[in-house]
Amino acid sequence: MKRVVITGAGTINALGHDVPATMQAMREGVCGIGALSFRDVERLQIQIGGQVRGFEAEGRYNRQQMSLYDRFTQFTLAAAKEAITQSGLIFSGDVSAKSGVVLGTAGGGVSTWDDNYRAVYEEGKNRVHPFVVPKLMNNAAASHVSMEWNLKGPSFTVSTACASSNHAMAQAFSMVRSGMAPAMVTGGSESMLCFGGVKAWEGLRVMSRDACRPFSANRNGMVQGEGAGIFVFEEYEHARARGADILCEVIGFAMSSDASDIVMPSKAGAARAMVGALEDAGINREDVGYINAHGTGTAANDKTECAAVADVFGPHADQLMISSTKSMHGHLIGGTGAVELLACIMALRDGVIAPTIGYEEPDPECALDVVPNTARDAKVSVVLSNAFAFGGMNAVIALRKV
Amino acid sequence: MNITDQVITIIAEQALLEPEDVTPDSTLESLGIDSLGVVESIFAIEEAFDISVPFNANDPSATDFDITSVATIIKGIERLKAEQA
Repeated sequence: MKRVVITGAGTINALGHDVPATMQAMREGVCGIGALSFRDVERLQIQIGGQVRGFEAEGRYNRQQMSLYDRFTQFTLAAAKEAITQSGLIFSGDVSAKSGVVLGTAGGGVSTWDDNYRAVYEEGKNRVHPFVVPKLMNNAAASHVSMEWNLKGPSFTVSTACASSNHAMAQAFSMVRSGMAPAMVTGGSESMLCFGGVKAWEGLRVMSRDACRPFSANRNGMVQGEGAGIFVFEEYEHARARGADILCEVIGFAMSSDASDIVMPSKAGAARAMVGALEDAGINREDVGYINAHGTGTAANDKTECAAVADVFGPHADQLMISSTKSMHGHLIGGTGAVELLACIMALRDGVIAPTIGYEEPDPECALDVVPNTARDAKVSVVLSNAFAFGGMNAVIALRKV
Repeated sequence: MNITDQVITIIAEQALLEPEDVTPDSTLESLGIDSLGVVESIFAIEEAFDISVPFNANDPSATDFDITSVATIIKGIERLKAEQA
């Protein structure tokens, strides 16, 4: 089995338009959540979100590209450019033929569906633009990354709701670890912040109207975000041979299914995913210094997740740190695990643990060190990133300092 | 704008050219418009002239709306507009 390292990272989200800006915001505990701004927002009950601001597609992409790129694809391409440029990898010859792109998204081109349904239903139009299908399809972002960067190996899109990115990155990791691909571009993106996208979530009655406060006793729901996180996963010797800057190592993962309920989380399913990741990585639970929580800020997730962590880690649960950066960038749904991986890289590489902001009251059901409100300097060598999706599909990734 | 100028504007935009560089004799192929560009041009024509162009990308020659050149497209639009009136 090969070792797998991360040699490039890119992002765009409510905290910043690139990795340095995002990590700085995470260090400073900045809240990227604010008033939403788009058509018909006044008809929503939920009017806050982690919206990307100041991202103008015009000027970045030409007219032809604009007609094919939904906002989730635009985010993906911007983040992929940052990640692949940082990695310094040139995809040509054999590396190009074997390397691919595996991305996660829950909704794909949601605003393209929204805009065109509006045109035919509300405005009564009988004709839509010919590129509606290639623009909204869930694999559009992965396809455009493959075309732009000459990635000719295995490429596809994974859709497992809020765990999509973690499932995607786990797939990419296993492809590099097995020797199937020398490098993979992976991560995920989401752009659901449009009228229909937020209205659908509103229906579940799990959204907060004021803030995302994971683990806090007065938490009152999740807040949506948008954006992308993209990484270059590369075989260790391949990266070393070309003198690449290694951000950290990916050492294992596990996936599990609750097989119980379509929306309620399961302690057992979450615990099995964490235990599985430790076993796959061949590490002891005492090695884990930080967990980037799924931490949605809903009543159900946070207490279930904390209980699962307590079960898996035993006495060590009180020694490790666990935080939810969703309090800052919102829940990016299918893209969330990818943006949250940045907090893991920051912990391993810079020794800074991103905080859980908005934390106001301790909850006895979430009695762990959630790094409340202020980032903390701490040396950690192994971290986990949790993602537990609707549908009971879980994926946990383990990373190590190099 | 007359029909010719409107069609030239649409085709020039697709071909990423200035309207002066597109003449009635220009073929879509010579302008470098690919199959997606053809479909998008037809969409733009339908929108601009409020007509429905019978066109199936699987078999472009199956219809009597000839998309070979700017001139044949104009002729097709004129016929559809006349049928509409």
